[in-house]
Amino acid sequence: MTAAVPSARATANLGTMTWRHLLRLIRVPTLIVFATVQPLLFVLLFSYGFGGAIHPPGVSRYIDYLLPGLFVLAIGFGASQTGVAVAGDLASGMIDRFRAMPVTGIAVLAGRAAADAARSLLVTGLMIAAGAAIGFRFHAGPAAALAAIVLAVATGLAFSWLNTLIGLLVRDPESAGLAGLFPVIILVFTSSTLVPVATMPGWLQAFAKVNPVTVIVGALRVLCLGGPAARPVTEALAWIAGLLIVTIPAAITRYRRAASA
Amino acid sequence: MGEPAIAAEGLTKRFGQVRALEGVGFEVRAGGVLGLLGPNGSGKTTTVRILATLLAPDGGRARVAGLDVVRQAAAVRRVIGLSGQYAAVDPYLTGRENLRMCGRLGGLSRDAARRRADELLDRFGLGDGAGRQARTYSGGMRRRLDVAASVVTQPAVLFLDEPTTGLDPRGRLELWQLLGELTAQGAGLLLTTQYMEEADRLADDVVVIDHGRVVAAGTPGELKARVGGDRLEIQALPGDDPGRLARVLAPVGSGPPAVDAAAGRVVLAVGDGPAILADVAARLAAAGLKIADLALRRPTLDDVFLALTSQARGTPS
Repeated sequence: MTAAVPSARATANLGTMTWRHLLRLIRVPTLIVFATVQPLLFVLLFSYGFGGAIHPPGVSRYIDYLLPGLFVLAIGFGASQTGVAVAGDLASGMIDRFRAMPVTGIAVLAGRAAADAARSLLVTGLMIAAGAAIGFRFHAGPAAALAAIVLAVATGLAFSWLNTLIGLLVRDPESAGLAGLFPVIILVFTSSTLVPVATMPGWLQAFAKVNPVTVIVGALRVLCLGGPAARPVTEALAWIAGLLIVTIPAAITRYRRAASA
Repeated sequence: MGEPAIAAEGLTKRFGQVRALEGVGFEVRAGGVLGLLGPNGSGKTTTVRILATLLAPDGGRARVAGLDVVRQAAAVRRVIGLSGQYAAVDPYLTGRENLRMCGRLGGLSRDAARRRADELLDRFGLGDGAGRQARTYSGGMRRRLDVAASVVTQPAVLFLDEPTTGLDPRGRLELWQLLGELTAQGAGLLLTTQYMEEADRLADDVVVIDHGRVVAAGTPGELKARVGGDRLEIQALPGDDPGRLARVLAPVGSGPPAVDAAAGRVVLAVGDGPAILADVAARLAAAGLKIADLALRRPTLDDVFLALTSQARGTPS
């Protein structure tokens, strides 16, 4: 009983913080744009802009190659807003308020990550719908399609915690937004997200092959297009787990030491 | 029962080279209201942050409601309310949602949190804004919502860090009235302020701090008596000698008059302001002196402060 009470409290607190961030998700204008307009723009701009020039081997349409990568790009861009929100909570004194209450740091921070998971699900769903309208199809069956969606959302969790940590370290909301975009831009454009790695210069190929975004996009692509999935999916999950194991404790430690002024 | 709401002893804190606190100590009895008075950078906020468990002190000890703020921090958080220097409410949540969130985080059930939110919205005059997002609120409404959020769980000890900074005079009066009602219900309150008037209005006891040290402590009345009560300001007519005014009026003051020759102004500490006005008029008439303006004002923090710090340094005030 004594052990059950704190964990019930922690669950209730996580629920409260998730509710808070879900409300913000539908009310903060930048969040709405990052969750709806931007993913749709990515699908249209990249497929029509690059589709004529890029013919990846093994797929008949570029959109089939592109969409699994765009999941990561759009979710990663959206996650930069998590750093903005956390830095904003620091600057506005919200985190002081929470820290002076009987609430654990993990409940405060994980509430945002949980709401982000809902956003990632929405973004993935919208992109699949938009992609389907211009020719995208899942080729490996419904179970693999579902696994792809789950993997995309899990990738979003890793981005979310990374940006939570960035927000707590950078502290200034505008800088946090920029700092959150850099890793996504750098990792996405040096990976197989938009173009096959084989088209890159040799020195970049070496990096692109070990780039975690290449690994994760590779797994998503296998789940969408077909092929042996066990190894790529395991590698992708290992990267995600590794990121979470590093970022979650670091973010909680930062949160405990956070001071607004 | 006899446990003080707050007992702080020899608190020290450094930030790099800056010594923010150099041995701050005071006590607030259960249900008492303490005004912590000091200018920017004096250590007020650092003191509050230590007492509210946000910051660990480098030295010294503090207990809040009998609980050690370092070793029993988690227990302290269950009995305190904090309203920081800036109104910390979620701008994208409505007033009601903000209060429900704080109620739930403070351990209230869903129903209790809803009831408590509605009760506080009503009491804090936020009924009209209850369903609006807080970003549409005026500064005064935001601050009231912020204070309401910090009392949702009926804390035994409440910390308010400069609660009226940035409010217009009307907002300040409204908040003072609310705080008066809150303290009448028996919560211990620590209030930081830069305004003597605010401490005077709300606090039973005042602690003045400067450069991280307590420079004076007492009731507002005692402190004002120490700095010589009210201030009489007399403006000489253009071209007249303010020195002559000072000589004529010196006997009514409780201390030597201060003459600002360039501004043509004399400032005099007077024990009981209104009572000496007739005396001032009589002396001016007897000496055949006319003046441009005369004002009687309460001692400001500047007066209290300059007097107290100069005493602390051993120079006559």
